[in-house]
Amino acid sequence: MAAQRSAAQAKTEQVGGGALVTAASAQTWRGYYRQMTLIRAFELRAAEMYQRAKIGGYCHLNLGEEATVVGLMAALESRDYLFTTYREHGYALARGLEPGPVMAELFGKTTGVSGGRGGSMHLFDAKLRMLGGYGIVGGQIPPATGAALALTYRGEPGPDAEAVMCLLGDGATNIGSFHESLNLAALWRLPIVYVIVNNGLGMGTPVERAAAEPDLYKRGCSYRIPGERVDGDDVIAVRDAARAALTRARVERQPGLLETVTHRLRGHSVVDPAKYRSKQEAERLRGLDPIPALRARLVAAGVLDEASARQIDEDAQTQVDAAVAFADDSPDPQPAALFEHAYATPVPNTPHQLPGDPLATAAGARS
Amino acid sequence: MTVTSYRQALHDALRAELLRDESVLLLGEEIGVFEGSYKITAGLLTEFGPNRVRDTPICEEGFVGAAIGAAMLGMRPVVEIMTINFSLLAIDQIVNHAAKMHAMFGGQVSVPLVIRTPGGGGQQLAATHSQNLEVWYAHVPGMKVVAPATPSDAKALLTAAIRDDDPVLFLENLALYNTKGDVPDGEQVGQIGTAAIVKAGSDLTVISYSRCTVIAMEVANQLQHDGVSVEVVDLRSLRPLDRETICASVRKTSRAVVLEDDWLTYGVGAEIAATIQEGAFDYLDAPVRRVAAAEIPLPYAKPLELAALPAAADLSKVIGEILDATRFNR
Repeated sequence: MAAQRSAAQAKTEQVGGGALVTAASAQTWRGYYRQMTLIRAFELRAAEMYQRAKIGGYCHLNLGEEATVVGLMAALESRDYLFTTYREHGYALARGLEPGPVMAELFGKTTGVSGGRGGSMHLFDAKLRMLGGYGIVGGQIPPATGAALALTYRGEPGPDAEAVMCLLGDGATNIGSFHESLNLAALWRLPIVYVIVNNGLGMGTPVERAAAEPDLYKRGCSYRIPGERVDGDDVIAVRDAARAALTRARVERQPGLLETVTHRLRGHSVVDPAKYRSKQEAERLRGLDPIPALRARLVAAGVLDEASARQIDEDAQTQVDAAVAFADDSPDPQPAALFEHAYATPVPNTPHQLPGDPLATAAGARS
Repeated sequence: MTVTSYRQALHDALRAELLRDESVLLLGEEIGVFEGSYKITAGLLTEFGPNRVRDTPICEEGFVGAAIGAAMLGMRPVVEIMTINFSLLAIDQIVNHAAKMHAMFGGQVSVPLVIRTPGGGGQQLAATHSQNLEVWYAHVPGMKVVAPATPSDAKALLTAAIRDDDPVLFLENLALYNTKGDVPDGEQVGQIGTAAIVKAGSDLTVISYSRCTVIAMEVANQLQHDGVSVEVVDLRSLRPLDRETICASVRKTSRAVVLEDDWLTYGVGAEIAATIQEGAFDYLDAPVRRVAAAEIPLPYAKPLELAALPAAADLSKVIGEILDATRFNR
């Protein structure tokens, strides 16, 4: 192969996914590796903090899915809107939310990205157009579709138009809201890309046991929505496929369906030991871990050396340390703030009783 | 002031808001070309075009959810769900999403959505098409639920609902669409969260909402001739609930009946009765009574349907029983 390269190509190195490294792209590669490393470090620390009871409720991690996360977020422009599932810490970080306020949300602190009211499954940042993690499987799909509908009232199609990316898991493709939404998006020509992050399991149920058409990208056929499947461990393949689908959404208002095939390295959530997996399967998955694979490829290609790779690891640890410190030092919400945000438009007689409080009307009772 | 039907009052409010604010958008099944199952939206497609008056496929979860997403980005969608029975197909979107987003995301987003939908039986539509499920939504924090009884309130509260930044379930009733009443000309913006004393009285309070307020008024006017002064409280808003107006009335009259179209057990009347016992216990001369729908899937056959639904005669009978038990001198 090397002998057949042109002189120009000989100055570059093949890294993977067909991409060739130039000086500019080397920086991009390092950026992606840096983001993936940060997500990995954040998620491992989140698991630890959960075990130390700093985090309550459910906590679903992106461990093993980092290439998909970073590739998708690299394709999404700042003017676009993002709706995600409840497995969304990594997406929030890659979208640009600061690790401190994200960790603070997991800790339930006032400085959290949702003010401590949402927790792990409900990260939100209006300014960065990250319009929510959603805890109900498939629940985010109709609102994301409606956000795309709103965009059609705002501007004309074109390369600079805004678009919506709606993430969902493989399990959500069996839900009615998925099918109703795809139908509406195609019928109304909405600028939206649905991304199925297929990690092979809906909780403990394999895709093949849940979907009569397990080639999930084909499930847009009924709605004439083109589907594409990409290797979710290949950050560039994910990015380029998502970018192309977003471009079709912007320019042609052609909704798209992208399936990224990826792997969950651990259980469904931090409390799931994943006993439904055999030892061999767990071993196989560790072999597919995208982070050491990318690191080895980048080192082999000369994009990273051991020292700079180690530096990236250390930087990620430092950032996560700072995020935990920020979350730890942030104040808990006070009970007096319980009824803040009860309504966006205040109206008379809005309830504000705590458990055991008398009704307001009791004040008028005869003593 | 013009005498207007409830249907026309709704139409007028929708049209005025479509004219006033270009972010207002109507969505629903058959609201455009077909002009609405109950013709509330007649003529609006022609006037405003298919982007402002958007026909949807039959997919309540999909289009209610889409309206939520559009509202998150600043549109003011008004969704028509053909009957409240079909709202169950969208209940995850309404309860788990629309009602939650503002608080759950720390106040960063609001959902200025109106869901217009008629409830009610009495049209021989049988069990699946005759329900009053408003209390399902009135139970949920984050929702606002209004249930106007008169054309005037219908117009004013629909206008308020469209301008409100929270999700509002706007309850209509099949039996109200043709009722008529005085409606003030021009813009009227109602106050969500407040009840109204629609007839002042001193002997007994009837608390009601939507279609049942019309029945309560009939009965109250009849009893006036018999020397009984009935006060009628029209709730208008089921969430928030104006408990003070209810209790103030009962403190005055010492007797209370709730007339409601929903089922008795866990119904609106249960909440009102609990409110009165806490807010006016020492004033009561008799237990609070409730007149509600019989607890059975509503049958098709007319005699059975009539037997199951609360009517004026049922209310009169219960009022008579309370008056007799408290030795009211007629």
